[in-house]
Amino acid sequence: MSDIVEIAGVSKTYASGFTALKGIDLTVRRGEIFALLGPNGAGKTTLIGIVCGIVQASSGTVRVDGHDIVSAWRKARSLIGLVPQELTTDAFESVWNTVSFTRGLFGLRVDPAHLESVLRALSLWDKRDSRIMTLSGGMKRRLLIAKALVHEPRVLFLDEPTAGVDVDLRHDMWQLVSRLRDEGVTVILTTHYIEEAEEMADRVGVINNGELVLVRDKADLMREFGTKRLSLRLRRPLAAVPESLSAWRLELSGDGGELTYLYDARDARGGIGEFLERVRAAGIEFTDLGTTESSLEDIFVSLVRRRP
Amino acid sequence: MNLEAIGAIYKYEMARARRTVTQTIVSPVISTSLYFVVFGAAIGSRIQSVGGVEYGSFIVPGLVMLSLLGQSISNASFGIYFPRFTGTIYEILSAPVSPVEIVLGYAGAAATKSVILGVIILLTAGLFVPLHFLHPVWMAAFLVLTAITFSLVGFIIGIWADGFEKLQIVPLLIVTPLTFLGGSFYSINMLPRPWRTLALFDPVVYLVSGFRWSFYGIADVNVAVSLAMTALFLAISLAVVWWIFRTGYRLKT
Repeated sequence: MSDIVEIAGVSKTYASGFTALKGIDLTVRRGEIFALLGPNGAGKTTLIGIVCGIVQASSGTVRVDGHDIVSAWRKARSLIGLVPQELTTDAFESVWNTVSFTRGLFGLRVDPAHLESVLRALSLWDKRDSRIMTLSGGMKRRLLIAKALVHEPRVLFLDEPTAGVDVDLRHDMWQLVSRLRDEGVTVILTTHYIEEAEEMADRVGVINNGELVLVRDKADLMREFGTKRLSLRLRRPLAAVPESLSAWRLELSGDGGELTYLYDARDARGGIGEFLERVRAAGIEFTDLGTTESSLEDIFVSLVRRRP
Repeated sequence: MNLEAIGAIYKYEMARARRTVTQTIVSPVISTSLYFVVFGAAIGSRIQSVGGVEYGSFIVPGLVMLSLLGQSISNASFGIYFPRFTGTIYEILSAPVSPVEIVLGYAGAAATKSVILGVIILLTAGLFVPLHFLHPVWMAAFLVLTAITFSLVGFIIGIWADGFEKLQIVPLLIVTPLTFLGGSFYSINMLPRPWRTLALFDPVVYLVSGFRWSFYGIADVNVAVSLAMTALFLAISLAVVWWIFRTGYRLKT
């Protein structure tokens, strides 16, 4: 899979002296869904702004499908669609006119059939003649996505696409993003909803304080940083963890009724079979057991907290 | 050249003008008509002709310029300021549209609206006073050049302004006084010596004088100087707009 977005040594220091990005190197593969995660002020929106031509980088280069965003800006920008974080719309304009306007900005004639398909895909067709000010927040969010798709981009940036939308709409958007990926569109999204990244992303990048902390395949990330927990509901409460089990990473609940074994996939001692045999050998009986694993959110929080 | 983008911006702005026709056309036409009633019919009837032209007719070019300057600035400044205010400027900055194309779209639409307004005011003036067009081609040239120049000025103001108040400061505190003092209602030759010399520093004098010459063949300054000054204002405006896009001033962080 070739790279469609190549970011090399990109830094950004604002006129105020605040450094938002510190030498970011990142490549995004063609056709993947890439989730860029980070706390508020981490530099996610600045990075997207630079790739899209809204923010000027202090240093570094960005190429989109091989086109430099400075020397071949017109070609590079024509490949990009952007859904901004804020609900920025011209309140007095109609839905149809605003998507036609956006298509025109990208040098394309109005194609009624294509506009109709985009508006229908986002459940906006019935609202095509409505003024934007009459739309709900969720519909405005759909409209911004429609505007970003109306010129058939190859790379779609979604900056917090589901902020403030209800659960149904969020799931609709997840489906839409999956469809776009199936059509070969590369999707780069930032989100505060880690479950969104967990649900959709092929790869995850974590950015914190303007630095890219890591980039991994989501599955690898979960495997590498994730922790699994095996909880045993004990028939008789324990006062303390027996000495024979001290080599294992265990937690005993406050009432002594639940014993939890924490392990990860990389741990050679990770097999739970051996652990259960040791438990039985120690004379501990249990009435129930269950396993859980850490979510991407848990991993994200631990990664961000780990660094200043 | 991204002609579709220029057309999209132009049509978008013209559609906005249609939505606000009362503000962009009706209001300035009524205001100018009142000037004709007050200065042309009421006061003008007691003033002797100026340069051999009846006073009511004499003030027509100045009044057209007054509206043209105000509306060019207002249309263009609001046109670019509004997307900055609402945040929708992101889609223009992230689209494959060059600075020249953006300016052609916004300033072109603003200039078109102003020229349409100028023609409507001229037609309205014809209802009140007799009009003559000695040099119609030059009249059209001054009308269009002035509309373009001040639409660019408006565009610059729209980029510079960081609030609605600033959007009004230049038109109200600078352009309107300069227009009133620039010979819209009188010939600067009627002013005493020091004031006449001072008036020559008012750029509007050259615009009004050249425009009036195209009507009646009378001018306060040589028409070639008027034309040269109009071209100079246009060049300065273009240079500032070019600098804005080169540096990203108030557009890109």
